Amino acid sequence: MTQFETLQTTQPKRKLPPRVKALLRPGFLLGFFILSGSIILAVFPAAFAPYDPNAFDFMAIQQAPSWVHPFGTDNLGRDTLSRVIWAYSVDMQIAFFATFFAMVIGIIVGSLVAYHGGFADVIFGRIVDVTITFPFLVLVIAVVAVLGPGLTNMYVAVTLVQWVYYARLTRAEIMTQMTSDYASAGRVMGYSSGRIIFRHLLPNAMTPLITFWMTDMALAILLGSSLGYLGLGAQPPQAEWGVLIAEGRNFITTAWWMSLMPGIAIVVTRLGFSLVGDSLADVLRPRGAS
Amino acid sequence: MTSQTDSLLKVRNLKTTFHSKGRTLRAVDGISFDVRAGEVLGLVGESGSGKSITLRSIIGLTRDYGSVEGNVYWKGEDLLARTDKQLQSVRGSQISMIFQEPMTSLNPLLSIGLQIEENLKAHTELDKRARKARAIELLDMVGIPSASSRLSDFPHQFSGGMRQRVMIAISLASNPEMLLADEPTTALDVTIQDQILQLLLSLAKNLNMAIVLVTHDLGVVAQTCDRVAVMYAGRLVETGSVRDVLKRPQHPYTLGLLKSVPENIPPAHHSFRFPARHQHWTHCRRAALSLPAASGRKMCVLVPNPR
Repeated sequence: MTQFETLQTTQPKRKLPPRVKALLRPGFLLGFFILSGSIILAVFPAAFAPYDPNAFDFMAIQQAPSWVHPFGTDNLGRDTLSRVIWAYSVDMQIAFFATFFAMVIGIIVGSLVAYHGGFADVIFGRIVDVTITFPFLVLVIAVVAVLGPGLTNMYVAVTLVQWVYYARLTRAEIMTQMTSDYASAGRVMGYSSGRIIFRHLLPNAMTPLITFWMTDMALAILLGSSLGYLGLGAQPPQAEWGVLIAEGRNFITTAWWMSLMPGIAIVVTRLGFSLVGDSLADVLRPRGAS
Repeated sequence: MTSQTDSLLKVRNLKTTFHSKGRTLRAVDGISFDVRAGEVLGLVGESGSGKSITLRSIIGLTRDYGSVEGNVYWKGEDLLARTDKQLQSVRGSQISMIFQEPMTSLNPLLSIGLQIEENLKAHTELDKRARKARAIELLDMVGIPSASSRLSDFPHQFSGGMRQRVMIAISLASNPEMLLADEPTTALDVTIQDQILQLLLSLAKNLNMAIVLVTHDLGVVAQTCDRVAVMYAGRLVETGSVRDVLKRPQHPYTLGLLKSVPENIPPAHHSFRFPARHQHWTHCRRAALSLPAASGRKMCVLVPNPR
Protein backbone atom coordinates (compact mmCIF):
# COMPACT_ATOMS: atom_id res chain seq x y z
CA MET A 1 0.00 0.00 0.00
CA THR A 2 2.64 2.50 1.02
CA GLN A 3 4.76 1.41 -1.90
CA PHE A 4 2.00 2.30 -4.29
CA GLU A 5 1.68 5.71 -2.74
CA THR A 6 5.37 6.47 -3.07
CA LEU A 7 5.30 5.34 -6.66
CA GLN A 8 2.41 7.55 -7.55
CA THR A 9 4.00 10.69 -6.21
CA THR A 10 6.61 10.77 -8.97
CA GLN A 11 4.61 12.80 -11.44
CA PRO A 12 6.53 15.02 -13.80
CA LYS A 13 6.19 18.67 -12.85
CA ARG A 14 5.34 21.25 -15.45
CA LYS A 15 8.41 23.36 -16.03
CA LEU A 16 8.19 27.13 -16.10
CA PRO A 17 10.49 29.25 -18.26
CA PRO A 18 13.49 30.29 -16.13
CA ARG A 19 12.71 33.99 -16.42
CA VAL A 20 9.18 33.52 -15.17
CA LYS A 21 10.50 31.30 -12.42
CA ALA A 22 12.94 33.98 -11.32
CA LEU A 23 10.02 36.37 -10.93
CA LEU A 24 8.01 34.01 -8.76
CA ARG A 25 10.14 34.69 -5.71
CA PRO A 26 8.56 36.15 -2.58
CA GLY A 27 10.83 39.20 -2.84
CA PHE A 28 9.62 40.14 -6.28
CA LEU A 29 5.99 39.33 -5.55
CA LEU A 30 6.04 41.52 -2.44
CA GLY A 31 7.80 44.31 -4.32
CA PHE A 32 5.43 44.04 -7.23
CA PHE A 33 2.44 44.11 -4.89
CA ILE A 34 3.74 47.23 -3.10
CA LEU A 35 4.68 48.97 -6.32
CA SER A 36 1.44 48.30 -8.15
CA GLY A 37 -0.51 49.27 -5.00
CA SER A 38 1.46 52.51 -4.82
CA ILE A 39 0.78 53.29 -8.45
CA ILE A 40 -2.96 52.61 -8.03
CA LEU A 41 -3.05 54.85 -4.96
CA ALA A 42 -1.14 57.50 -6.87
CA VAL A 43 -3.49 57.43 -9.84
CA PHE A 44 -6.79 57.20 -7.89
CA PRO A 45 -6.17 58.82 -4.50
CA ALA A 46 -9.75 60.10 -4.27
CA ALA A 47 -11.12 56.56 -4.49
CA PHE A 48 -9.18 55.38 -1.45
CA ALA A 49 -8.86 58.42 0.82
CA PRO A 50 -11.73 58.43 3.33
CA TYR A 51 -11.63 62.22 3.83
CA ASP A 52 -10.72 65.35 1.94
CA PRO A 53 -6.95 65.71 2.64
CA ASN A 54 -7.24 69.47 3.11
CA ALA A 55 -10.50 69.66 5.04
CA PHE A 56 -10.06 71.13 8.51
CA ASP A 57 -12.06 69.56 11.33
CA PHE A 58 -11.56 71.59 14.47
CA MET A 59 -13.64 69.11 16.47
CA ALA A 60 -10.99 66.42 15.83
CA ILE A 61 -7.58 67.97 16.41
CA GLN A 62 -4.60 65.66 16.96
CA GLN A 63 -6.69 62.59 17.60
CA ALA A 64 -4.80 59.36 18.10
CA PRO A 65 -5.31 56.56 15.55
CA SER A 66 -8.77 55.06 15.88
CA TRP A 67 -11.33 53.32 13.69
CA VAL A 68 -12.64 56.69 12.53
CA HIS A 69 -9.18 58.04 11.74
CA PRO A 70 -6.88 54.99 11.32
CA PHE A 71 -3.73 57.15 11.09
CA GLY A 72 -5.00 59.84 13.47
CA THR A 73 -5.49 63.53 12.69
CA ASP A 74 -3.08 66.47 12.60
CA ASN A 75 -3.02 69.78 14.41
CA LEU A 76 -5.68 71.21 12.10
CA GLY A 77 -7.91 68.16 12.29
CA ARG A 78 -7.00 66.86 8.84
CA ASP A 79 -7.12 63.07 8.43
CA THR A 80 -3.52 61.78 8.26
CA LEU A 81 -4.46 58.64 6.29
CA SER A 82 -6.09 60.73 3.58
CA ARG A 83 -3.10 63.03 3.45
CA VAL A 84 -0.69 60.09 3.21
CA ILE A 85 -2.76 58.60 0.39
CA TRP A 86 -2.94 61.88 -1.52
CA ALA A 87 0.79 62.25 -1.04
CA TYR A 88 1.23 59.07 -3.10
CA SER A 89 0.34 60.92 -6.27
CA VAL A 90 2.90 63.63 -5.52
CA ASP A 91 5.69 61.30 -4.45
CA MET A 92 5.24 58.78 -7.26
CA GLN A 93 5.33 61.73 -9.63
CA ILE A 94 8.59 62.78 -8.03
CA ALA A 95 9.95 59.25 -8.41
CA PHE A 96 9.21 59.41 -12.12
CA PHE A 97 9.88 62.99 -13.16
CA ALA A 98 12.97 63.47 -11.01
CA THR A 99 14.60 60.47 -12.70
CA PHE A 100 13.15 60.12 -16.19
CA PHE A 101 14.55 63.25 -17.84
CA ALA A 102 17.89 62.75 -16.14
CA MET A 103 17.96 59.23 -17.56
CA VAL A 104 17.04 60.31 -21.09
CA ILE A 105 19.62 63.10 -21.15
CA GLY A 106 22.23 60.93 -19.48
CA ILE A 107 21.74 58.07 -21.94
CA ILE A 108 21.97 60.33 -24.97
CA VAL A 109 25.03 62.24 -23.75
CA GLY A 110 26.72 59.13 -22.36
CA SER A 111 26.37 57.09 -25.55
CA LEU A 112 27.44 59.92 -27.86
CA VAL A 113 30.46 60.67 -25.71
CA ALA A 114 31.39 56.99 -25.51
CA TYR A 115 31.07 56.45 -29.23
CA HIS A 116 32.76 59.56 -30.53
CA GLY A 117 35.30 60.07 -27.77
CA GLY A 118 37.84 62.79 -28.38
CA PHE A 119 37.57 66.24 -26.89
CA ALA A 120 33.92 65.89 -25.85
CA ASP A 121 34.88 62.85 -23.81
CA VAL A 122 37.58 64.80 -21.98
CA ILE A 123 35.16 67.62 -21.17
CA PHE A 124 32.60 65.09 -20.02
CA GLY A 125 35.19 63.45 -17.78
CA ARG A 126 35.87 66.79 -16.06
CA ILE A 127 32.12 67.45 -15.60
CA VAL A 128 31.78 64.04 -13.97
CA ASP A 129 34.73 64.73 -11.68
CA VAL A 130 33.29 68.05 -10.56
CA THR A 131 29.78 66.70 -10.03
CA ILE A 132 30.85 63.65 -8.12
CA THR A 133 33.07 65.69 -5.81
CA PHE A 134 29.99 67.40 -4.34
CA PRO A 135 27.61 65.46 -2.14
CA PHE A 136 24.51 64.87 -4.25
CA LEU A 137 21.99 66.41 -1.86
CA VAL A 138 24.10 69.53 -1.27
CA LEU A 139 24.38 70.15 -4.98
CA VAL A 140 20.63 69.72 -5.52
CA ILE A 141 19.84 72.03 -2.60
CA ALA A 142 22.22 74.62 -4.02
CA VAL A 143 20.49 74.51 -7.41
CA VAL A 144 17.00 74.67 -5.82
CA ALA A 145 18.14 77.62 -3.71
CA VAL A 146 19.10 79.45 -6.89
CA LEU A 147 15.94 78.53 -8.81
CA GLY A 148 13.56 78.92 -5.87
CA PRO A 149 11.58 76.24 -4.03
CA GLY A 150 8.79 74.24 -5.66
CA LEU A 151 8.23 70.89 -7.34
CA THR A 152 9.07 71.97 -10.89
CA ASN A 153 12.30 73.62 -9.85
CA MET A 154 13.14 70.54 -7.86
CA TYR A 155 12.76 68.38 -10.99
CA VAL A 156 15.00 70.76 -12.87
CA ALA A 157 17.60 70.71 -10.10
CA VAL A 158 17.65 66.93 -9.80
CA THR A 159 17.82 66.48 -13.56
CA LEU A 160 20.69 68.96 -13.80
CA VAL A 161 22.72 66.95 -11.32
CA GLN A 162 21.54 63.40 -11.82
CA TRP A 163 22.02 63.09 -15.60
CA VAL A 164 25.76 62.92 -14.96
CA TYR A 165 25.39 59.64 -13.08
CA TYR A 166 23.30 58.12 -15.86
CA ALA A 167 25.71 59.39 -18.50
CA ARG A 168 28.66 57.92 -16.64
CA LEU A 169 27.00 54.52 -16.41
CA THR A 170 25.87 54.63 -20.05
CA ARG A 171 29.34 55.62 -21.22
CA ALA A 172 30.92 52.69 -19.41
CA GLU A 173 28.36 50.22 -20.77
CA ILE A 174 28.61 51.50 -24.33
CA MET A 175 32.41 51.36 -24.19
CA THR A 176 32.14 47.71 -23.19
CA GLN A 177 29.71 46.97 -26.01
CA MET A 178 31.90 48.79 -28.53
CA THR A 179 34.65 46.22 -28.16
CA SER A 180 32.29 43.50 -29.35
CA ASP A 181 32.43 42.26 -32.90
CA TYR A 182 28.90 43.22 -33.83
CA ALA A 183 29.78 46.86 -33.24
CA SER A 184 32.73 46.59 -35.62
CA ALA A 185 30.53 44.64 -38.01
CA GLY A 186 28.02 47.48 -37.98
CA ARG A 187 30.72 49.96 -38.88
CA VAL A 188 32.11 47.72 -41.59
CA MET A 189 28.63 47.43 -43.09
CA GLY A 190 28.66 51.20 -43.43
CA TYR A 191 25.90 52.02 -40.97
CA SER A 192 25.61 55.55 -39.62
CA SER A 193 26.89 56.22 -36.12
CA GLY A 194 23.38 57.07 -34.88
CA ARG A 195 22.10 53.71 -36.08
CA ILE A 196 24.96 51.82 -34.50
CA ILE A 197 24.60 53.63 -31.18
CA PHE A 198 20.85 53.60 -30.75
CA ARG A 199 19.91 50.41 -32.52
CA HIS A 200 22.82 48.14 -31.72
CA LEU A 201 24.86 49.34 -28.77
CA LEU A 202 22.27 50.94 -26.53
CA PRO A 203 19.72 48.09 -26.42
CA ASN A 204 22.55 45.80 -25.37
CA ALA A 205 23.59 48.25 -22.66
CA MET A 206 20.12 48.83 -21.23
CA THR A 207 20.02 46.19 -18.49
CA PRO A 208 22.16 47.97 -15.86
CA LEU A 209 20.47 51.24 -16.76
CA ILE A 210 17.03 49.86 -16.01
CA THR A 211 18.22 48.44 -12.72
CA PHE A 212 19.88 51.72 -11.84
CA TRP A 213 16.69 53.56 -12.75
CA MET A 214 14.63 51.47 -10.34
CA THR A 215 17.09 52.16 -7.52
CA ASP A 216 17.21 55.79 -8.49
CA MET A 217 13.44 56.13 -8.29
CA ALA A 218 13.59 54.85 -4.73
CA LEU A 219 16.31 57.40 -3.99
CA ALA A 220 14.29 60.14 -5.68
CA ILE A 221 11.39 59.53 -3.30
CA LEU A 222 13.72 60.03 -0.36
CA LEU A 223 15.26 63.07 -2.02
CA GLY A 224 11.85 64.58 -2.78
CA SER A 225 10.75 63.99 0.81
CA SER A 226 13.98 65.46 2.15
CA LEU A 227 13.53 68.60 0.08
CA GLY A 228 9.86 68.75 1.06
CA TYR A 229 10.90 68.44 4.68
CA LEU A 230 13.37 71.28 4.25
CA GLY A 231 10.70 73.39 2.57
CA LEU A 232 12.43 73.34 -0.83
CA GLY A 233 10.25 70.82 -2.64
CA ALA A 234 6.48 70.51 -2.47
CA GLN A 235 4.93 73.43 -0.61
CA PRO A 236 2.96 72.96 2.63
CA PRO A 237 -0.75 72.85 1.91
CA GLN A 238 0.04 70.12 -0.58
CA ALA A 239 0.22 66.67 0.96
CA GLU A 240 3.70 65.21 0.45
CA TRP A 241 5.43 62.79 2.80
CA GLY A 242 8.37 65.07 3.59
CA VAL A 243 5.99 67.99 4.15
CA LEU A 244 3.81 65.83 6.41
CA ILE A 245 6.82 64.76 8.48
CA ALA A 246 7.88 68.42 8.78
CA GLU A 247 4.37 69.39 9.91
CA GLY A 248 4.43 66.73 12.60
CA ARG A 249 7.90 67.63 13.80
CA ASN A 250 6.70 70.15 16.42
CA PHE A 251 4.20 67.70 17.89
CA ILE A 252 6.39 64.59 17.84
CA THR A 253 6.02 64.03 21.61
CA THR A 254 2.24 64.49 21.70
CA ALA A 255 1.11 63.38 18.23
CA TRP A 256 3.75 60.91 17.01
CA TRP A 257 1.47 59.52 14.28
CA MET A 258 1.64 62.77 12.30
CA SER A 259 5.28 62.11 11.38
CA LEU A 260 5.46 58.33 11.76
CA MET A 261 2.73 57.39 9.28
CA PRO A 262 4.18 59.23 6.25
CA GLY A 263 7.59 57.91 7.31
CA ILE A 264 6.29 54.35 7.08
CA ALA A 265 4.81 55.13 3.68
CA ILE A 266 8.26 56.25 2.47
CA VAL A 267 9.93 53.11 3.80
CA VAL A 268 7.35 50.75 2.31
CA THR A 269 7.32 52.41 -1.12
CA ARG A 270 11.10 52.46 -1.34
CA LEU A 271 11.18 48.83 -0.30
CA GLY A 272 8.83 48.05 -3.19
CA PHE A 273 11.10 49.79 -5.69
CA SER A 274 14.20 48.11 -4.34
CA LEU A 275 12.70 44.62 -4.36
CA VAL A 276 11.46 44.99 -7.92
CA GLY A 277 14.74 46.52 -9.06
CA ASP A 278 16.70 43.71 -7.47
CA SER A 279 14.62 41.00 -9.11
CA LEU A 280 14.72 42.74 -12.48
CA ALA A 281 18.51 42.86 -12.23
CA ASP A 282 18.51 39.08 -11.86
CA VAL A 283 16.04 38.46 -14.65
CA LEU A 284 17.50 40.89 -17.19
CA ARG A 285 21.06 39.76 -16.61
CA PRO A 286 22.33 37.76 -19.58
CA ARG A 287 22.34 34.05 -18.96
CA GLY A 288 25.57 32.57 -17.76
CA ALA A 289 26.73 35.79 -16.13
CA SER A 290 26.75 35.77 -12.37
CA MET B 1 54.16 41.46 -61.51
CA THR B 2 50.50 42.08 -62.13
CA SER B 3 49.42 44.94 -64.30
CA GLN B 4 48.16 47.64 -62.02
CA THR B 5 45.43 48.97 -64.25
CA ASP B 6 42.88 46.28 -63.47
CA SER B 7 43.56 46.19 -59.74
CA LEU B 8 40.48 46.72 -57.62
CA LEU B 9 42.42 47.44 -54.48
CA LYS B 10 45.92 48.78 -54.32
CA VAL B 11 47.59 48.94 -50.95
CA ARG B 12 50.77 51.01 -50.96
CA ASN B 13 53.21 51.23 -48.09
CA LEU B 14 50.56 50.75 -45.43
CA LYS B 15 51.83 51.40 -41.92
CA THR B 16 49.76 51.05 -38.78
CA THR B 17 51.25 52.17 -35.49
CA PHE B 18 49.83 51.92 -32.01
CA HIS B 19 50.85 54.23 -29.23
CA SER B 20 50.59 53.21 -25.62
CA LYS B 21 52.13 54.94 -22.62
CA GLY B 22 54.91 56.54 -24.62
CA ARG B 23 55.83 53.36 -26.42
CA THR B 24 55.05 52.81 -30.05
CA LEU B 25 54.34 49.53 -31.74
CA ARG B 26 54.38 49.23 -35.48
CA ALA B 27 51.94 46.41 -36.19
CA VAL B 28 51.97 46.83 -39.94
CA ASP B 29 55.24 48.02 -41.39
CA GLY B 30 55.00 49.17 -44.96
CA ILE B 31 52.86 46.66 -46.77
CA SER B 32 52.01 46.85 -50.46
CA PHE B 33 49.82 44.48 -52.43
CA ASP B 34 47.15 44.41 -55.10
CA VAL B 35 43.85 42.64 -55.33
CA ARG B 36 42.23 42.19 -58.73
CA ALA B 37 38.52 41.82 -59.36
CA GLY B 38 37.27 38.32 -58.60
CA GLU B 39 40.58 37.20 -57.16
CA VAL B 40 41.03 35.31 -53.90
CA LEU B 41 44.09 36.53 -52.04
CA GLY B 42 45.28 34.68 -48.98
CA LEU B 43 47.05 36.62 -46.26
CA VAL B 44 48.91 34.15 -44.07
CA GLY B 45 51.21 34.45 -41.13
CA GLU B 46 51.52 33.55 -37.48
CA SER B 47 49.51 35.13 -34.69
CA GLY B 48 50.51 38.73 -34.18
CA SER B 49 52.07 39.14 -37.59
CA GLY B 50 49.63 41.92 -38.42
CA LYS B 51 47.23 40.13 -40.78
CA SER B 52 44.03 41.23 -39.07
CA ILE B 53 45.34 44.74 -38.47
CA THR B 54 46.13 45.07 -42.17
CA LEU B 55 42.59 44.10 -43.00
CA ARG B 56 41.09 46.44 -40.43
CA SER B 57 43.32 49.26 -41.58
CA ILE B 58 42.10 48.90 -45.16
CA ILE B 59 38.50 49.47 -44.09
CA GLY B 60 39.42 52.14 -41.57
CA LEU B 61 38.67 50.37 -38.31
CA THR B 62 42.09 50.85 -36.72
CA ARG B 63 42.27 54.61 -37.04
CA ASP B 64 40.37 55.04 -33.77
CA TYR B 65 43.16 53.58 -31.68
CA GLY B 66 46.21 53.78 -33.91
CA SER B 67 47.69 55.89 -36.65
CA VAL B 68 47.56 54.64 -40.21
CA GLU B 69 49.91 55.88 -42.93
CA GLY B 70 50.30 55.03 -46.58
CA ASN B 71 47.67 54.68 -49.27
CA VAL B 72 44.80 52.34 -49.87
CA TYR B 73 43.44 52.90 -53.37
CA TRP B 74 39.97 51.53 -53.99
CA LYS B 75 39.31 51.87 -57.71
CA GLY B 76 41.88 54.63 -57.76
CA GLU B 77 40.50 56.55 -54.81
CA ASP B 78 42.42 56.78 -51.57
CA LEU B 79 40.30 55.37 -48.75
CA LEU B 80 42.64 56.54 -46.02
CA ALA B 81 42.06 60.15 -47.03
CA ARG B 82 38.34 59.76 -46.41
CA THR B 83 36.54 60.54 -43.18
CA ASP B 84 34.48 57.93 -41.40
CA LYS B 85 31.32 59.42 -42.83
CA GLN B 86 32.66 59.37 -46.37
CA LEU B 87 33.69 55.76 -45.89
CA GLN B 88 30.10 54.75 -45.18
CA SER B 89 29.27 54.67 -48.87
CA VAL B 90 32.07 52.19 -49.53
CA ARG B 91 31.73 50.07 -46.42
CA GLY B 92 29.12 47.38 -46.68
CA SER B 93 28.10 48.23 -50.23
CA GLN B 94 31.41 47.85 -52.08
CA ILE B 95 33.72 46.34 -49.47
CA SER B 96 32.33 44.02 -46.83
CA MET B 97 33.95 42.18 -44.00
CA ILE B 98 33.27 39.06 -41.97
CA PHE B 99 34.85 38.28 -38.65
CA GLN B 100 36.53 35.43 -36.91
CA GLU B 101 33.99 34.94 -34.15
CA PRO B 102 30.51 34.26 -35.50
CA MET B 103 29.19 33.95 -31.96
CA THR B 104 29.70 37.64 -31.23
CA SER B 105 29.54 39.34 -34.59
CA LEU B 106 25.74 39.37 -34.71
CA ASN B 107 23.68 41.61 -32.48
CA PRO B 108 22.04 39.25 -29.98
CA LEU B 109 18.93 41.41 -29.61
CA LEU B 110 17.84 41.68 -33.24
CA SER B 111 16.37 38.92 -35.39
CA ILE B 112 18.60 37.90 -38.26
CA GLY B 113 15.99 39.04 -40.75
CA LEU B 114 16.22 42.55 -39.36
CA GLN B 115 20.00 42.41 -39.43
CA ILE B 116 20.09 41.44 -43.08
CA GLU B 117 17.48 44.00 -44.03
CA GLU B 118 19.44 46.64 -42.16
CA ASN B 119 22.26 46.43 -44.67
CA LEU B 120 19.78 46.64 -47.55
CA LYS B 121 18.15 49.65 -45.93
CA ALA B 122 21.50 51.39 -45.62
CA HIS B 123 22.74 50.76 -49.14
CA THR B 124 19.83 50.07 -51.46
CA GLU B 125 16.57 51.70 -52.46
CA LEU B 126 14.51 48.55 -51.99
CA ASP B 127 11.17 48.86 -50.21
CA LYS B 128 10.15 46.74 -47.24
CA ARG B 129 8.67 43.89 -49.26
CA ALA B 130 11.62 43.72 -51.63
CA ARG B 131 14.05 43.79 -48.72
CA LYS B 132 12.37 40.80 -47.16
CA ALA B 133 12.41 38.90 -50.43
CA ARG B 134 16.09 39.70 -50.87
CA ALA B 135 16.83 38.60 -47.30
CA ILE B 136 15.23 35.22 -47.97
CA GLU B 137 17.13 34.94 -51.23
CA LEU B 138 20.40 35.69 -49.44
CA LEU B 139 19.77 33.13 -46.71
CA ASP B 140 18.96 30.60 -49.41
CA MET B 141 22.14 31.50 -51.20
CA VAL B 142 24.33 30.83 -48.15
CA GLY B 143 22.58 27.52 -47.61
CA ILE B 144 20.28 28.04 -44.67
CA PRO B 145 17.36 25.63 -44.95
CA SER B 146 13.77 26.96 -44.85
CA ALA B 147 15.10 30.48 -45.02
CA SER B 148 11.77 32.29 -44.93
CA SER B 149 10.76 30.76 -41.62
CA ARG B 150 14.11 31.54 -40.02
CA LEU B 151 14.04 35.27 -40.68
CA SER B 152 12.44 35.98 -37.34
CA ASP B 153 14.89 33.80 -35.41
CA PHE B 154 17.50 35.32 -33.17
CA PRO B 155 21.24 34.65 -33.32
CA HIS B 156 21.21 32.41 -30.24
CA GLN B 157 18.98 29.99 -32.11
CA PHE B 158 21.73 29.32 -34.64
CA SER B 159 24.88 27.24 -34.38
CA GLY B 160 28.32 28.71 -35.01
CA GLY B 161 28.50 27.61 -38.63
CA MET B 162 24.98 28.86 -39.27
CA ARG B 163 25.80 32.21 -37.75
CA GLN B 164 28.84 32.53 -39.97
CA ARG B 165 26.54 31.84 -42.92
CA VAL B 166 24.17 34.53 -41.70
CA MET B 167 27.12 36.87 -41.32
CA ILE B 168 28.14 36.11 -44.90
CA ALA B 169 24.57 36.72 -46.03
CA ILE B 170 24.59 40.13 -44.33
CA SER B 171 27.91 41.10 -45.85
CA LEU B 172 26.78 40.02 -49.30
CA ALA B 173 23.45 41.82 -49.07
CA SER B 174 24.34 44.73 -51.30
CA ASN B 175 26.60 42.86 -53.74
CA PRO B 176 30.03 44.03 -52.61
CA GLU B 177 32.91 43.78 -55.03
CA MET B 178 35.32 42.73 -52.34
CA LEU B 179 34.98 40.72 -49.16
CA LEU B 180 37.51 40.97 -46.36
CA ALA B 181 37.40 37.72 -44.44
CA ASP B 182 39.19 37.82 -41.12
CA GLU B 183 39.82 34.17 -40.26
CA PRO B 184 36.22 33.28 -41.04
CA THR B 185 36.68 29.61 -40.22
CA THR B 186 38.98 29.63 -37.23
CA ALA B 187 36.22 29.33 -34.66
CA LEU B 188 34.47 26.53 -36.52
CA ASP B 189 35.11 22.82 -36.58
CA VAL B 190 36.80 21.23 -39.55
CA THR B 191 33.80 19.97 -41.50
CA ILE B 192 32.00 23.28 -41.14
CA GLN B 193 35.24 25.08 -42.10
CA ASP B 194 35.25 23.25 -45.37
CA GLN B 195 31.59 24.05 -46.05
CA ILE B 196 32.09 27.73 -45.34
CA LEU B 197 35.18 27.93 -47.53
CA GLN B 198 33.43 26.17 -50.38
CA LEU B 199 30.55 28.56 -49.97
CA LEU B 200 32.84 31.59 -50.07
CA LEU B 201 34.62 30.25 -53.12
CA SER B 202 31.47 29.54 -55.06
CA LEU B 203 30.04 32.93 -54.14
CA ALA B 204 33.24 34.63 -55.23
CA LYS B 205 33.09 32.83 -58.55
CA ASN B 206 29.38 33.43 -59.16
CA LEU B 207 29.32 37.07 -58.09
CA ASN B 208 32.79 37.89 -59.41
CA MET B 209 33.74 39.07 -55.95
CA ALA B 210 37.29 39.48 -54.75
CA ILE B 211 38.18 37.99 -51.38
CA VAL B 212 41.04 38.80 -49.07
CA LEU B 213 41.22 35.79 -46.82
CA VAL B 214 43.19 36.16 -43.64
CA THR B 215 44.20 32.84 -42.17
CA HIS B 216 47.03 31.02 -40.50
CA ASP B 217 46.04 27.75 -42.05
CA LEU B 218 48.14 26.90 -45.10
CA GLY B 219 45.78 24.08 -45.95
CA VAL B 220 43.00 26.61 -46.35
CA VAL B 221 45.22 28.74 -48.57
CA ALA B 222 46.17 25.84 -50.78
CA GLN B 223 42.51 24.92 -51.17
CA THR B 224 40.99 28.27 -51.87
CA CYS B 225 43.32 31.05 -52.88
CA ASP B 226 44.62 32.21 -56.24
CA ARG B 227 47.48 34.18 -54.77
CA VAL B 228 49.04 34.26 -51.36
CA ALA B 229 50.89 36.90 -49.37
CA VAL B 230 52.95 35.74 -46.42
CA MET B 231 53.27 38.14 -43.52
CA TYR B 232 55.81 38.16 -40.77
CA ALA B 233 56.33 40.80 -38.08
CA GLY B 234 54.26 43.39 -39.90
CA ARG B 235 55.92 42.93 -43.29
CA LEU B 236 55.16 40.96 -46.38
CA VAL B 237 57.93 38.43 -46.84
CA GLU B 238 56.64 36.75 -49.96
CA THR B 239 53.86 37.24 -52.47
CA GLY B 240 52.96 35.13 -55.43
CA SER B 241 50.60 32.57 -56.87
CA VAL B 242 49.68 29.83 -54.45
CA ARG B 243 51.37 27.19 -56.52
CA ASP B 244 54.67 29.07 -56.70
CA VAL B 245 54.79 30.02 -53.07
CA LEU B 246 53.84 26.64 -51.69
CA LYS B 247 55.97 24.64 -54.11
CA ARG B 248 59.04 26.84 -54.26
CA PRO B 249 59.13 29.12 -51.24
CA GLN B 250 61.83 31.75 -51.64
CA HIS B 251 61.88 33.21 -48.18
CA PRO B 252 63.15 31.17 -45.21
CA TYR B 253 60.11 32.19 -43.15
CA THR B 254 57.74 30.77 -45.74
CA LEU B 255 59.77 27.62 -45.74
CA GLY B 256 59.53 27.45 -41.96
CA LEU B 257 55.82 28.03 -42.08
CA LEU B 258 55.42 25.23 -44.58
CA LYS B 259 57.56 22.90 -42.54
CA SER B 260 55.45 23.55 -39.47
CA VAL B 261 52.51 21.88 -41.15
CA PRO B 262 52.42 18.21 -40.23
CA GLU B 263 52.57 16.14 -43.37
CA ASN B 264 54.21 13.03 -44.72
CA ILE B 265 53.91 11.37 -41.37
CA PRO B 266 53.52 7.69 -42.10
CA PRO B 267 50.23 6.43 -40.75
CA ALA B 268 50.31 3.64 -38.20
CA HIS B 269 49.57 0.20 -39.57
CA HIS B 270 46.15 0.56 -38.08
CA SER B 271 44.81 3.33 -35.95
CA PHE B 272 43.32 2.97 -32.53
CA ARG B 273 40.70 5.48 -31.73
CA PHE B 274 41.26 5.30 -28.00
CA PRO B 275 44.89 4.39 -27.52
CA ALA B 276 44.86 5.37 -23.86
CA ARG B 277 42.07 2.96 -23.15
CA HIS B 278 43.63 0.23 -25.11
CA GLN B 279 45.29 -1.44 -22.17
CA HIS B 280 41.90 -2.21 -20.69
CA TRP B 281 40.68 -3.78 -23.86
CA THR B 282 42.49 -6.93 -24.79
CA HIS B 283 41.00 -8.61 -27.76
CA CYS B 284 41.93 -6.55 -30.68
CA ARG B 285 41.55 -8.07 -34.04
CA ARG B 286 41.73 -6.56 -37.43
CA ALA B 287 38.57 -6.69 -39.38
CA ALA B 288 37.30 -4.97 -42.45
CA LEU B 289 33.97 -4.24 -40.88
CA SER B 290 32.26 -1.31 -42.46
CA LEU B 291 34.96 0.27 -44.55
CA PRO B 292 34.91 -0.78 -48.16
CA ALA B 293 37.71 -3.14 -48.94
CA ALA B 294 38.87 -0.98 -51.82
CA SER B 295 39.87 1.81 -49.43
CA GLY B 296 42.63 -0.45 -48.19
CA ARG B 297 42.04 0.66 -44.62
CA LYS B 298 41.63 -1.51 -41.62
CA MET B 299 39.39 -0.96 -38.71
CA CYS B 300 40.18 -2.02 -35.20
CA VAL B 301 37.51 -3.78 -33.23
CA LEU B 302 37.90 -3.63 -29.50
CA VAL B 303 36.37 -6.01 -27.05
CA PRO B 304 36.42 -5.32 -23.32
CA ASN B 305 38.44 -7.49 -20.94
CA PRO B 306 36.62 -10.58 -19.78
CA ARG B 307 36.04 -10.35 -16.05
